[in-house]
Amino acid sequence: MENIAPQLYTLLVFMVVGSIIAIETKNLLSAVISVSAVGFALSIAFLFLGAPDIAITQLVVEVLVLIILIRGTILLDNTAIEKGRDTLAMVASLIFFGMILGFGALIFGSTGFPAFGEPLMRVSKVYVQTGLPATYAANIVASIILDFRAYDTLGEATVLFASILGALAILRRTGKAGEEVVSA
Amino acid sequence: MTVYFLCVVLLTMGLYCLVAKKNIVKKVIGLVIMDYAVNLYLIIIGYKKGGVAPVVERGMNSAMLERFVDPLPQALVLTSIVIGLGVLALMVAMCIRIYERHGTFDMSQISKLRG
Repeated sequence: MENIAPQLYTLLVFMVVGSIIAIETKNLLSAVISVSAVGFALSIAFLFLGAPDIAITQLVVEVLVLIILIRGTILLDNTAIEKGRDTLAMVASLIFFGMILGFGALIFGSTGFPAFGEPLMRVSKVYVQTGLPATYAANIVASIILDFRAYDTLGEATVLFASILGALAILRRTGKAGEEVVSA
Repeated sequence: MTVYFLCVVLLTMGLYCLVAKKNIVKKVIGLVIMDYAVNLYLIIIGYKKGGVAPVVERGMNSAMLERFVDPLPQALVLTSIVIGLGVLALMVAMCIRIYERHGTFDMSQISKLRG
């Protein structure tokens, strides 16, 4: 695949439109479905960008995101948003974020940021050249996350464990201290 | 450069949804959109023109290794996606508890959160 720019632009415009629908729609279920469509488009974009591992992970995670968000919205009866929007807050935040966009475009356009399609790869060159002889893993991404930067992966697994533990603690019906008080 | 700009547009839209919307599920959706934008941005930074996926196959010489896209952002984004899922589960759990306690998703109607 030599020139992926048309496919990438199509997917990005689709993602932007899907995000606008997800943000501005009045029904929470439509918003959840729209943000999930954005996620699936993101998965296809990862495939075009030469990242099949990321694409597969994004696909699986996206299905789980859809399930979790629907569980959070559909079983509750008050899912429609009936209140009108606050015009002053909307205009003020749009102006503010427009300024953020403008300054971001100035910074990225003027400094020596690498152009699209020409990464620096100062660190990754070592990984690509020595990945197979040093770790015997044909997939360089796997050799990085499980060997070269395994401590990063360990830390991120800790974050994942902590967040799931927090979700379980919030969703738990009865506390342990309450039971002890009742039995004593 | 336009690709980067579209990513920043996506990020800004997520930020707007996070700040300006009153519904807490809408805020969660804004955070998810920001997550997508940052992940896509990091992968796009590592893309090389005409690049292939960084998987070594039998019979590849070192000149073909030069065509690989940058594997380092991919390795970092891979775990970032999964962490995004964990954080989303935590936030939705909080949303469900707030709904059970107050009967609404609207921030302005939850009087106990008022400062």
